[in-house]
Amino acid sequence: MLKIEDLRVNYGGIEAVKGISIDVPEKEIVTLIGANGAGKSTTLRTVAGLVKPASGRISFFDEDITALPSHSIVAKGITMVPEGRRVFPDLTVLENLKMGAYLRKDSLKDDIQWVYDLFPRLKERSWQLAGTLSGGEQQMLAVGRALMSRPKLMMMDEPSLGLAPIIVRGIFEIIKEINRQGVTILLIEQNANIALHTANTAYVLETGRLTMKGIGKELLNNEAVKKAYLG
Amino acid sequence: MDFFNTTLPYMLSGISVGGQYALIAIGYTMVYGILRLINFAHADVFMVSALLMVYAVSTYSVMLFLAIPLVVTLTVLLGFTIERVAYKPLRNAPRMSVMVSAIGVSYLLQNLALYITGGLNKNYPTIPWLSDSITVFGAMTKRVTVVTPFLTIALVIVLVMLIQRTKIGTAMRAVAKDFETSQLMGIKINSVISMTFIIGTFLAGIGSILYFTNYPGVTPQAGAMPGLKAFVAAVFGGIGSVPGAVLGGFTIGICESLIKGMDSILVSVGILKEPLELATFSDAFTFVLLIVILVFKPTGLLGEKISDKV
Repeated sequence: MLKIEDLRVNYGGIEAVKGISIDVPEKEIVTLIGANGAGKSTTLRTVAGLVKPASGRISFFDEDITALPSHSIVAKGITMVPEGRRVFPDLTVLENLKMGAYLRKDSLKDDIQWVYDLFPRLKERSWQLAGTLSGGEQQMLAVGRALMSRPKLMMMDEPSLGLAPIIVRGIFEIIKEINRQGVTILLIEQNANIALHTANTAYVLETGRLTMKGIGKELLNNEAVKKAYLG
Repeated sequence: MDFFNTTLPYMLSGISVGGQYALIAIGYTMVYGILRLINFAHADVFMVSALLMVYAVSTYSVMLFLAIPLVVTLTVLLGFTIERVAYKPLRNAPRMSVMVSAIGVSYLLQNLALYITGGLNKNYPTIPWLSDSITVFGAMTKRVTVVTPFLTIALVIVLVMLIQRTKIGTAMRAVAKDFETSQLMGIKINSVISMTFIIGTFLAGIGSILYFTNYPGVTPQAGAMPGLKAFVAAVFGGIGSVPGAVLGGFTIGICESLIKGMDSILVSVGILKEPLELATFSDAFTFVLLIVILVFKPTGLLGEKISDKV
């Protein structure tokens, strides 16, 4: 579905991504794990059109989408939940959700209902400003907002960041549920444990290069991965 | 009664010029809200708008009812073009660079105006209905004095509705907070920024008609003083806030006008025996007042708190 081939990205004067290739098959959960600064975020941001690659090719359903502007990427059915949630603090929960559907012209009623079913807490807080939500609720809103574009592929940048373990588990249950409902997921995480438990396929990224690829649950037992990421 | 009769004309003119400041101030505050840019060229767009009217009516004899929409449209087009040519290419540059570009545009417009007018004071055309004399509670004034505050408030209500209730308005608020996440939503930030300039220059175009109906001399520097006052109004009200800019505009307009009239007002109530010629200080006094208020309320009357939780 999403194919990244030999991607190289310069970011802040250094080569952050040094020729990586990743394949995300439809309906799967694929994860990209690695330490801080390994190039995970840069990879996602490049796919989302926020950063232009130096070279390489990104295709989606065999269509070249390399270096397209963000709004075209969203229109193709790729959405991203940014690192640190980044909800719009001065907008209400409902307005945040509507912004997620910015490019759509059809009725949003069913989708808002869908998001509220996934996250009943958001429904209770519909008229509250997003800035007043707790971290966990903001993460729910960030995910819900991304779903409002009716994505085929949802990319998530560190959804566990700064959240209590119990909230993280809840979020990952929802990620699996969203995936069961047909949305393909590309997930990057520093919390390798939960990411590998959740994903079908996993890639390990070290300083801009892929060092390993495998089935998520198998990598959990891999000695090198255990040593480096699972402590 | 003497006090009332003496104060009223100053009050009226203060409310009127305050509304005109408010209309200009909205352009400053909206552009700042979205780009964190002080758009120095804004005051000159306001001046060019007046010159356009002068040339449309006096030189090309365009009928007034056509000239008004034509001039407002051209003003908007100018604002839009300035953003596209001078600010958009610098979107990823440091803010200071964009500001330098804005100063450049400001001088370019002033120089162009000087080149075209030869530096001569051009007379703003008389707009019949607006410049008719009327009497308000015994005070003689032009109709524009009374029309301005109502028109200003009406336009602001429409603008606030647009920002609060429509999709593009919500997008403007989103972009003002976070460019990158807005892009992830599929929002074309350049269109939203253009929209901001269109609204800002539209209001400046309307403000220009009202202002120059009162002060009909148009020179290449004619935008500087009202522009500066409007900018201060925007800061005073809390830059980034539209209601703040309006409140600031009216406050400054009224203060300035009352200070101008302070002599006659004080004489009328018997505090002063003869005038002290304080009117000369009206601009300085206005600024002193602002400084005092900003000391107590550094982000302006309706400004957002600085501590943003992200």
